[in-house]
Amino acid sequence: MAVWESVASKATPRAEREEAVPTVASAAPFIGPALVILCAINVLPLLWSIGVSFYRFRADHLTKPPRFLGLDNYVDLMTDAGIWEHFLNTAVMIAASVATQLVVGGLLAFVFVRPFPGRRLVLMLVLTPMLLSTVAVGTFFSLFYDPTFGIVSAIVRPLTGEPFAPLGTPFSARLSLIVADAWMWSPFVMLMLLAGLAGIPNYLREAAEIDRLSPSRRFWSVTFPAIRAVLLLALLFRTIESFNMFDLIYTITNGGPGVATESLSTEIYDTAFVLFETGRASALGNISVFVVIVLTRLYFQAVQLRKKAL
Amino acid sequence: MDGSQSGSAGRADYGRTAIAAGVGVVYFFPVIWMLLAAFKTRQDQMATPPKLIFTPTLEHFWAAFHRVSVDGSQVFDTGLERNFLNSLGICFTSVLLALIIGCLAAYGFARLRLGGRDYYMFYILALRMAPPITAIVPLYFLFRVTGLGGSYTAIILVYTAFNLPFAIWMLRSFINELHEPIEEAARLDGSSELTILRRICLPQMGAGIAATAIIAFVFTWNDFLFSLLLTSVDTRTVPVAMTRVVGADVGVDWGVFAAIGTIYLLPVLLVAFFLQGQLLRGATFGTVPR
Repeated sequence: MAVWESVASKATPRAEREEAVPTVASAAPFIGPALVILCAINVLPLLWSIGVSFYRFRADHLTKPPRFLGLDNYVDLMTDAGIWEHFLNTAVMIAASVATQLVVGGLLAFVFVRPFPGRRLVLMLVLTPMLLSTVAVGTFFSLFYDPTFGIVSAIVRPLTGEPFAPLGTPFSARLSLIVADAWMWSPFVMLMLLAGLAGIPNYLREAAEIDRLSPSRRFWSVTFPAIRAVLLLALLFRTIESFNMFDLIYTITNGGPGVATESLSTEIYDTAFVLFETGRASALGNISVFVVIVLTRLYFQAVQLRKKAL
Repeated sequence: MDGSQSGSAGRADYGRTAIAAGVGVVYFFPVIWMLLAAFKTRQDQMATPPKLIFTPTLEHFWAAFHRVSVDGSQVFDTGLERNFLNSLGICFTSVLLALIIGCLAAYGFARLRLGGRDYYMFYILALRMAPPITAIVPLYFLFRVTGLGGSYTAIILVYTAFNLPFAIWMLRSFINELHEPIEEAARLDGSSELTILRRICLPQMGAGIAATAIIAFVFTWNDFLFSLLLTSVDTRTVPVAMTRVVGADVGVDWGVFAAIGTIYLLPVLLVAFFLQGQLLRGATFGTVPR
């Protein structure tokens, strides 16, 4: 504390005397270490996988020299009808899951936006899911979905008279995943919305109260503009994360039944570590990195937009 | 907890408490289930309808760390304590590294002369958003070639790199909020940039550093995929060890699984209770200001 006080008092007159723009040092030595690590662990592998994606390269036959294929891996993926159907599935699942998270997260924010007795404790209960290890969450949900011992089956069985296997059909398996994903991440959307709501200036709130705005009018002219930007951020961030979803699928459905709940990440995992088609897996990985970069660009734009709005 | 506290309307809003408590139970249900399963005997777990009142047992906690041989004469270690120590050590080291390197970089991006700053920030964010699995395939080979496969160095480096983009974004947003003229004064006075960062910025950033550390810690603590593919038996962390319990011999031992989950959850639960404010900031990569 004392250091900057004395510095500030000494420096002001001198700054006036010289009227110099402070010479700012180059950032290179400061960002250098970070860039070195990021290049070694993130960028280098990316370049490697771009290179490998042009070859037929199998990790289980390392002695066999990789064969150059050019764009064949990509052409193969693009013309594979199964992959396209599969992309569509993933897209529908992401859309349903993110939409659920936004709606439920919005309702949660509506409950938690005002103070009430015991808010801190209840908020802890609601925030716990997103802090849990996804492996634990996935494993427990797979137990809840178990046809014999699971709680879902126990609830449905008296109604239909038959054991119910939530993971048995493609539709219900997807629904089960969406429920688990939404359960885990809707509190996150709530957190973001609460942050947006906290940014509403008091005078606006008071003005709305004095003018006796109807609840719907108040929402559209006071609340919504304040949360529009965070809503967009939440939407994009959750879309990207759902796109990358791996742990929950791996532990709950393992992609099944059939390939109904495979995501891009699990598909890459299977191609690389089960089939050992490293070249093809890299090509698929690069396509997904490209999709994510586009989505991130939108996210970045949304961040800039929000900065301007403030 | 805060029963005596009153709402902004001047009187306590107990109706809202009731609704929120209902919501809270829905969200907390699987956790309650896990806590109960951890303390129930096998018979109690199988009981239908589920027993709410039972004599708690610690057998699963013991069984998580020990394995009795088939004839019952010998007791082996399951090596779980090693997994816990791995988790702790790997987490602390990589979060600490990410904080130090991230602070330097964040200061560089926030305050120093640099062309194309937005491009750097964008690509750094993109690195964090890219599907982890796409980095793991090449890393797997990279580490094998360099002889680092399955070592602590490898996994710590990976987590550090994974946390860095987040740390840089977060810490930069906190540095941007600081009052710049003080730094400029120090600069004119001949202080080096490192001194300015250390003596002026860092002391004001306690809360921001805490928020960054917490979120990075939770990410790393719960990560599964990197650990699954890039660690060896010696360096394996708890989330991967957990799935081994599920896959083990005769069906799933839910009691043991729940016991491990319970121990592993404790630090995170404390975070959720005491550091809610920091979570709010951290959940958004620092892109939502206080």
